Amino acid sequence: MRLKSTLENYLFVSPAALIFLIFYIIPFIWVFQLGMYEWDGILPTKVFVGMGNFKEIIFEDKIWWNSMLNAGYITLIALTLQNALAFLLAWACDREIRMKNFYRLVFFIPPVLSEVVVGLVWQWILDGNYGLLNHWLIQLGLGNLARNWLSDPSSALTTVAIVHSWKGFGWGFLIFLAGLQTIPHELYEAARVDGANAWHCFRKITLPLMVPVAVLVGILTVLGTMQAFILIIAMTDGGPAYHTQVPVLRILASMRGSSRFGYACAQGISFGLILVVISFIQYRFSNKARQA
Amino acid sequence: MKTAGYYKTKKAILNLFIHLFLISVAITCLLPLFWMVSSSLKTQETIFSDMSLIPKELHFANYILAWKEGGFGRYFLNSLFYTASVVVAIIFVASLAAYAFSRFRFPGKNILFFMFMAAMMIPIPGSFVPLYVLLSKLHLRDTALGYILCMVNVGLSTSIFLLKTFFDKLPRELEDAARIDGCSKFGIWWHMALPLAKPVLAVVVIFNALNVWNEYVLALIIFDNKNLMPLQRALMVFQGEFLTQYPLLMAGLTITALPIIIVYLLMQKYIVKGVTSGALFG
Repeated sequence: MRLKSTLENYLFVSPAALIFLIFYIIPFIWVFQLGMYEWDGILPTKVFVGMGNFKEIIFEDKIWWNSMLNAGYITLIALTLQNALAFLLAWACDREIRMKNFYRLVFFIPPVLSEVVVGLVWQWILDGNYGLLNHWLIQLGLGNLARNWLSDPSSALTTVAIVHSWKGFGWGFLIFLAGLQTIPHELYEAARVDGANAWHCFRKITLPLMVPVAVLVGILTVLGTMQAFILIIAMTDGGPAYHTQVPVLRILASMRGSSRFGYACAQGISFGLILVVISFIQYRFSNKARQA
Repeated sequence: MKTAGYYKTKKAILNLFIHLFLISVAITCLLPLFWMVSSSLKTQETIFSDMSLIPKELHFANYILAWKEGGFGRYFLNSLFYTASVVVAIIFVASLAAYAFSRFRFPGKNILFFMFMAAMMIPIPGSFVPLYVLLSKLHLRDTALGYILCMVNVGLSTSIFLLKTFFDKLPRELEDAARIDGCSKFGIWWHMALPLAKPVLAVVVIFNALNVWNEYVLALIIFDNKNLMPLQRALMVFQGEFLTQYPLLMAGLTITALPIIIVYLLMQKYIVKGVTSGALFG
């Protein structure tokens, strides 16, 4: 009887467990295995190279580290501009009751769209010759600012970073807003009675209570933005001249372009490790900040 | 001595700036979509010269052209099929597992659940590489089944988490009563747990639908056959082939984005709930 009951229990989880085993666990193991081979993905023979791929990544692959810096730059813009904007908007909406639902609705539209749609629409808007942005700049008399936003090496990466922030601020906005709304109004009222002004309220009540939320948003932002690549495929495909390359795009290139499956896996492992370390540092740093 | 009027004016000015701030951000959110639709209604001759927000003539024929000759009708149906299949599959697979995790005891339960949760939080960059190899070995490359199974896996951990959290909060009296009445475990799950889980299931459905409809990478590495491609992948292929046919491309983009926006507007409540409850828990 007990055996039958236990078997029934397993039956409940078996579809999920099976799919998980085949499509997550096995590939997960393979990533580590393949990372030590040189393989083109087609031939039945793989060449064992041990740590060779990793050595190449660390010492020789300049484009890889460049792409890492690019991703870091985009992430920096996201951490600062995007999240500051998200917080300001959340703070503004928290006080402003009337149109709050409308803004909440509108601000989350960019996140809901796909990267491909966002990338292609913005690419059209940012077009050097026929794009809307340059047209308006010229109309406003700011024609000297008009440029080939996505094909000019000096502006491509920043442009991509800004579009990425445009797409992403809605997430932070929602989370910040939810966090702000958990702060009980009585705290503010009590502070007012004690003579505090708006700035005091913000510094002593709002800010400290929002630190955990800010940390969460920060970690999510870093993890998400460092791995961004589809938007970049749609906008610049890593160009011009590798100026908007990012790590995951390099992994794709190793697999589909150079047909080096083992190397691609090694890149994936390296990147994963770096992300884990960064998250860990962020987490520890945030604990220290929380105690301060 | 600062009068009450001083503070009132100060507050009014501050409110004005806040409103301006909010409105301008809202405009930047909506303007690109507006421009997308506006461009889709222009002709190939006027697209490079007509910079008006609302074109004088609305060239709806672009949509028919995109749907038929452009192939977007086919891609739309593909996306619809994949989305529906994955959502239905996940509802069953995830709710069965989540219910078991919540209600049953069996050896290995905690380890298995932990693995699901770990998978949700540990990103493996480039996981599509071994996935490609796996699908090749299973002869599932360039097949709808392969794509659907992969996408089911993608949404599994989060869906199980959402459902298990819900089931944990569900009081057991109803189920106990049913079990005493002789109802089987499957019966309780099907007749009681699932119907009661409708609000959470709504969140699960929407999240997965959004993910599948917007997905690109797996479609990129799995599909070579254009006839099987979903919208996102097809858009990039289209853009590569028809470089300057912007009105058609914009029509294709609108076809792709419109269902998402409609679903979002209708189900916004659930999406917000899902994001904030998941994030605040983490």
